Amino acid sequence: MSIRTDNLTWKIGRKTILDDVSFEAKPGQMLGLLGPNGSGKTSLLRLLAGLKKPHSGSVTLEGWDIKSIGRRAMAQRVAFVEQHAATNSNLKVIDVVKLGRFPHRSMFSGWSKADDDAVSEALDRAGMSEKRDDRWQSLSGGEKQRAHIARALAQSPKELILDEPTNHLDIQHQISLMRLVSSLPVTSIIALHDLNHAAMFCDRLIVMQRGKIVASGAPEEILTQDLLRDVFSVDARVETSPHHARPHIHYLR
Amino acid sequence: MSQTRSPIQQVAVLSVLLLVSLAAIAFVVGVSVGIGDLPIPLSTTYVAITNRLGWTAIELNRIHETVIWDYRLSRALVAAFCGAGLALSGAIMQSLLRNPLAEPYVLGISAGASSGAVAIVILGLGSGAVSLSAGAFAGAFAAFFFVALLSNGTRGGADRTILAGVAASQLFNAATSYVVTTSGNAQQARDVMFWLLGSFGGVRWPEFMLVSVVVGICLIVCLAYARVLDAFAFGDEAAASLGVNVGWARIILFALTAMMTATIVSMVGTIGFVGLVVPHAARFVVGPLHIRLLPACAIVGAIFMVLADIASRALIPQQVLPIGVVTALVGVPFFAVILYRFQRVS
Repeated sequence: MSIRTDNLTWKIGRKTILDDVSFEAKPGQMLGLLGPNGSGKTSLLRLLAGLKKPHSGSVTLEGWDIKSIGRRAMAQRVAFVEQHAATNSNLKVIDVVKLGRFPHRSMFSGWSKADDDAVSEALDRAGMSEKRDDRWQSLSGGEKQRAHIARALAQSPKELILDEPTNHLDIQHQISLMRLVSSLPVTSIIALHDLNHAAMFCDRLIVMQRGKIVASGAPEEILTQDLLRDVFSVDARVETSPHHARPHIHYLR
Repeated sequence: MSQTRSPIQQVAVLSVLLLVSLAAIAFVVGVSVGIGDLPIPLSTTYVAITNRLGWTAIELNRIHETVIWDYRLSRALVAAFCGAGLALSGAIMQSLLRNPLAEPYVLGISAGASSGAVAIVILGLGSGAVSLSAGAFAGAFAAFFFVALLSNGTRGGADRTILAGVAASQLFNAATSYVVTTSGNAQQARDVMFWLLGSFGGVRWPEFMLVSVVVGICLIVCLAYARVLDAFAFGDEAAASLGVNVGWARIILFALTAMMTATIVSMVGTIGFVGLVVPHAARFVVGPLHIRLLPACAIVGAIFMVLADIASRALIPQQVLPIGVVTALVGVPFFAVILYRFQRVS
């Protein structure tokens, strides 16, 4: 058991955004979070990262309610990549990635060899080593996204939460990012819009609609014609791909 | 940079930079002391200082020594600390509010201070027992708490805080204008207006003691928070997900800037643009990381303010310009450049 939620409910004013959400992410697995716009994916991820408090229900990490875990201790094992994380500051890529070491350093401790190794490895994995000294404002959207992922990896997390990380990336970087996340030895929870990418890379999927979980399970179990029609309002045929043996969705005109 | 240099080299570079900066500050302070109706050479100033410290015992002109010690040195040093404090506050506000146009008065502190000063001078609150400075200090903190309340404590985001600051400034400025325009005493109104524009006239050693302690302590605490300020680069939520206790960090850093700004405003009035301009200038030189940016701001702010004080006394013979006028004359063109640059980037 890694991250688990029980009967999670969250509201903005009187509007219920998340309604009785319960699920469990198994250690080391890549869990895809699907659903149309406004179905509550981002809100759920923010609750999982401890950035918002649920109105009722709980999020637990290894059986501990995250309410009882301090901010710093939480950041030492859970890393979060936001959907829109912009800045007007002109930091170097390396300085942004170094921010990932923040939870591991006390206020006065110096920069250690372990910190340096974690940052170098994170830059490597995200394919940003060559850009380490580039200024933030000179990066493309995709490079910024990969720098954010490097920052998250520098936190040495056991759980990685990503909110639509493939937005703004070209197809090469979309695929390489999905490959990267699925190869990491961490539990990852990733909100996605591309159903075929989700089917190809995720171990398990959760489908949300209007704040509720409407389906969960292995991609081949839940990605059906009926679900695509009912939840996403599209006509499609689902076949098993002869290339990667995962479900492949053909959208119909 | 940190990868290529050994720790010893880093310390050496740092010490050299620090020494050079302190020497630069000492030099401009010396120049500032020398300027006035009675010009005093730089060497006399330094001998006077070393004499007082007991390092030398060279006979000096009595009048020179009195002018240096009782008037000009304290003034120059207060100017240096005010410049450092305002620049530091500006840098913190810009980082915390993630707004390049934020400055120390963005939380309504100068407006609050002016209301407090007016309440004492014109309305006669406190019946003479409370000084103008104390009234201004109280007013500044009243405005700060008003903004904290309006922006929903620390839970409101940066935009909300800025809007609350705008509302507070409008409210307190309106209150000040109301009192000034309806007051029958034109001389008092003039005095207050003059004070609001900022002046180092009349600051002596007690003021120096206060401002040096406040700015010194705040600088040390801010340096301890340098990494936290870096973590705010991508916003409050990003900072929280890195393990920053965002609520506490905001309370402490806002309170520190309010403390510095209120102390400075109540002492020398509202000196504009230093807090806005200097952090940007420092950022061009040392980059956006706060462990370098904050000391750079303090040093550049100190030098800039002492130079502005010199200009305010030297530009027009026999007359002292309000310091706020001088800093604004330099600051406004710079402000325009910043606006222009940000337009192009976005």
